[in-house]
Amino acid sequence: MWSFFHKLGSPPWMYRISGTILTWLLPVTIVLLAWGAIWGLLYAPEDFRQGNSYRIIYIHVPASAISLAGYYVMAIAGATSLIWKMKMADIAMRCAAPIGAAFTFLGLLSGAIWGKPTWGTYWVWDARVTSMLVLFFLYVGVLALYEAWDDEALGAKAAAVLSLVGTVNIPIIYKSVDWWFSLHQPATIKFTEAPSMHMDMFQPLLLMIVAFYCLFTCSLLLSMRSEILRRESTTGWVRKLLLGEGAGAV
Amino acid sequence: MSLATGLLRRQLLLAARRPAQVLSPLIFFAMVVMLFPLGLGPDPRQLAEFAPGVFWIIALLSTLMAAEDMFRSDYEDGSLEQLVLMPSPLFISCLVYAFAHWLLTGLPLLLMAPLFALMLQMPTSALGVLLVSLMLGTAVLSLVSSIGAALTVSVRRGGVLLSLLVLPLYVPVLIFGSGAVAAAADGLSAQAHLLILAGMLSLAVALAPFACAAGVRISVDAG
Repeated sequence: MWSFFHKLGSPPWMYRISGTILTWLLPVTIVLLAWGAIWGLLYAPEDFRQGNSYRIIYIHVPASAISLAGYYVMAIAGATSLIWKMKMADIAMRCAAPIGAAFTFLGLLSGAIWGKPTWGTYWVWDARVTSMLVLFFLYVGVLALYEAWDDEALGAKAAAVLSLVGTVNIPIIYKSVDWWFSLHQPATIKFTEAPSMHMDMFQPLLLMIVAFYCLFTCSLLLSMRSEILRRESTTGWVRKLLLGEGAGAV
Repeated sequence: MSLATGLLRRQLLLAARRPAQVLSPLIFFAMVVMLFPLGLGPDPRQLAEFAPGVFWIIALLSTLMAAEDMFRSDYEDGSLEQLVLMPSPLFISCLVYAFAHWLLTGLPLLLMAPLFALMLQMPTSALGVLLVSLMLGTAVLSLVSSIGAALTVSVRRGGVLLSLLVLPLYVPVLIFGSGAVAAAADGLSAQAHLLILAGMLSLAVALAPFACAAGVRISVDAG
């Protein structure tokens, strides 16, 4: 266990292992995404009341789920980097922020598009919508703080503290639809009871959620790999990797 | 304890020597109160409807304005570094900074609130709830801003960044603060909103000083 934990902190090891993971995770993600999208968009039954417009759920729900999960990833990476001062955790936090922000934006955008045919308006100041917007600003704040420091290590620390402070808001966002019963419907999927939608619609949704988690992991790993290369660009192993074996002596 | 009281006395003394810095958020508050009737139209009914929200937004902005200077001068003259080096726990000093900030911005706001509530045509029945919600809410705001101020004090153009970091964290206070006043203005019970605000305050008192202390340490490292 501990040796794995220590290895996790080593850039060359992380670079290699993430490469191995990506070689199989990338194809799996593509297949899952295609499968889920085709199933959800073409073959799932039409909704009785919303017609075909409900199909945006297959983008909206997974993207929103990832936007919350991404914040947790960022905050946990931030905590790890504060506690164990791990370089990889810094990088994970830095890379998770823009990806999470992108998924939050996608969730908001798809929600707005979905809102027009069902609620009759693109935007409402509903509890869930507003708190998602706040989440987006939290991501932007963490990124901005990170970038504002000249010293990258200190910027990472500051951003980690901020992302931990921001986690206070996550349960509020998650529970907002149950606490304030407003325009946004309460959660459809719960771990404790059967989903309040038909199985034929639910199965592709579940598939899409899994696919989006894989997509998030892939984007995170890819972006971490390029960040590792950028930060370690002066070290021997990167030079060896890029220029071939013989370059080690240069 | 003597350190905390000493630090508090020092903060207040420093503020008393520079009254302009203390007064400017309040003047700002008064001026924005004046702007809203000009922008929204002077219709008393309409003003009364918007007053709770307007009041809270201005409270937020004036707290934010003062927060920028919370650590600035102490950071620049090096006394913040001395504070970090002291053997006493840093989070207590952070709590004192936040408390001093509240005494210098939240409390004057509270004292001037009845006057502004009158000017914004807020029903007098809501005045008590307004004061209680402002007391609880501005204290949370001071504590939250202390975190943001600590994290941005050594950064160039930290003021803009501070607002970016802190405003999303102000949102819950705004919701429940203006919710409480709006409920009271409509003749409903504001107890639930006030209790949640009190809960936020307890949470902020317990946790914010630690985050603020971490921020101060990082900022001092940068200098």
